[in-house]
Amino acid sequence: MGKTITEKILAEKSGRDARAGDVVVCHVDSAMGNDGSTPMALDYFDAMGGGKVFDPARLVFALDHYSPPPSVKTTQLHKRIRDFAAAHAIEVWDVGDGIGHQLMIESGRVTPGSLVVGADSHSVTYGAMNAFGTGIGSSDLAAVMICGRVWLRVPETIRVTLRGSLSRGVFPKDIALAMAGILGADGAAYCALEFSGDGVASLELEDRLVLSNLTVEMGAKNGVFPGDEATAKYLGREFQPISSDRGARYVREIELDLDRVTPKIALPHHVDHVVEVGEAAGTAVQMVYLGTCTGGRVRDFHQARDVIKAGGGVAPGVQLVVTPSSRTVLDTLTRDGTLGDFIAMGAVIVTPGCGSCCGTCGSIPGDNVNVISTANRNFKGRMGNSSASIYLASPASCAAAAVTGKIADPREFPC
Amino acid sequence: MLSGRARVFGDDINTDYIITSRRKRESLDPQVLRNYLFEEVDPAFAATVEPGDLIVAGKNFGCGSAMEVAVTVVLGAGIRAVLARSFSRTYYRNAVNNGLLPLICDTSQIREGDRLEVVDENGLRVRNLTTGETTAAEQVPQIMMEILECGGLVPYFRRHHDFKV
Repeated sequence: MGKTITEKILAEKSGRDARAGDVVVCHVDSAMGNDGSTPMALDYFDAMGGGKVFDPARLVFALDHYSPPPSVKTTQLHKRIRDFAAAHAIEVWDVGDGIGHQLMIESGRVTPGSLVVGADSHSVTYGAMNAFGTGIGSSDLAAVMICGRVWLRVPETIRVTLRGSLSRGVFPKDIALAMAGILGADGAAYCALEFSGDGVASLELEDRLVLSNLTVEMGAKNGVFPGDEATAKYLGREFQPISSDRGARYVREIELDLDRVTPKIALPHHVDHVVEVGEAAGTAVQMVYLGTCTGGRVRDFHQARDVIKAGGGVAPGVQLVVTPSSRTVLDTLTRDGTLGDFIAMGAVIVTPGCGSCCGTCGSIPGDNVNVISTANRNFKGRMGNSSASIYLASPASCAAAAVTGKIADPREFPC
Repeated sequence: MLSGRARVFGDDINTDYIITSRRKRESLDPQVLRNYLFEEVDPAFAATVEPGDLIVAGKNFGCGSAMEVAVTVVLGAGIRAVLARSFSRTYYRNAVNNGLLPLICDTSQIREGDRLEVVDENGLRVRNLTTGETTAAEQVPQIMMEILECGGLVPYFRRHHDFKV
């Protein structure tokens, strides 16, 4: 019987047949821990009798959740990570370098066919690179540090067939939210999502990162794309893609006509509480958040900037927060003038990193504030204030809200 | 094998609701963090939890962030098992890796305060002593059961220094 992309990668990395439902132990090609998960991983490492790290070159620590650290305690967590990394020759992405997930892609640590784990749930992002990427815990990371392996149950796969291409004013985030609306917050629980269809070719690698990133909000173990010309273009080289076989087994099939996708929004406090952005139109917002591992890349900022420019600037009473996902993204935005545009719009520019997406640092919303954000989670309290309400939408929809001070359809601001 | 009082929650309880990220800035110590357990969804919970209590939830328990404190804080409060209709996969594996028993079973008939017993009778079962009902739980795969029986990944690795498959 044929295999899915996920089964093929897990078979290769485990040396077993690796069919859905099997539990296998896999070699890890690359592993990432961040400043949220690594301090606990170091405790587990010591408790396990750690000693020497299996292969330091496969490991990297990203200081992104407290970037920069808002307190002495978090600063000390960073010091502990740096000291351990120096002693074991492990690379550190320090404060200001950016979000670990973005840097895993930019640095080339994620390659097609590789098995990459991160001690962070959004490690599913790596699937955009035709790789198996999944989130693990701190204890798992400690085990990887010791033996270079991880236990994994081979997931069943749901195939998502994309047809056509997106209309003007509609963006990859809208596809992801549409999927969350269809599948629900646990619709892909324990499963792999595999993207296919002619619509895949219409998406650049940066677009695919948005979709893969959000698959975890549907409970997915990984969200994998086929490898094609867009992958090669991003990598700057040819490569051998991992493709699914004819006759591979899928537990569910979903088909999405991209031409018919419209701007969506997730209402507070559930990622799968998805409606048309027009249904929420008119709701006042006080903070517009552009950033995160979902929506903090160069394309996202260009899309948002264009809408705000077309709309004539940011409405009074709206705080626009810009948090580039990496130093490279910040550098590009600086060179191409986008950052200057945002500064002229009165935006708050935050150090590259996770910012206030999970309330660990950055611009925390005030009481009863409505936030519209390019992020991936809108749980109550997520941005550090339980009384704030978070709406999730595309960069263009967030920008439309910045222009009007209210949730609005971005297609009203053609650009 | 385990018995205790049911503490019932609904669907989609994410890890931020179990323990909010902002508390992690102050401490990672389960004995400190247990004072804030479930504060976003049930502010009274932390003061009323008793060692031996069992968490009972609907679908998708532990969704969201993969942060492992969401498991260690539960253990820190003296809770040894979570029963849910389904778990997020990261919570499930973090539970296994720390020796917290994650049981997938039909929880719809369990009410707050019911006395429950988890027993191993040809597979794991949940006996509700208040209603007299017994429900079968999903089988836990072998390697996970071995890690659980060791008490988690730390004692497992101290013994084996690698995965034994």
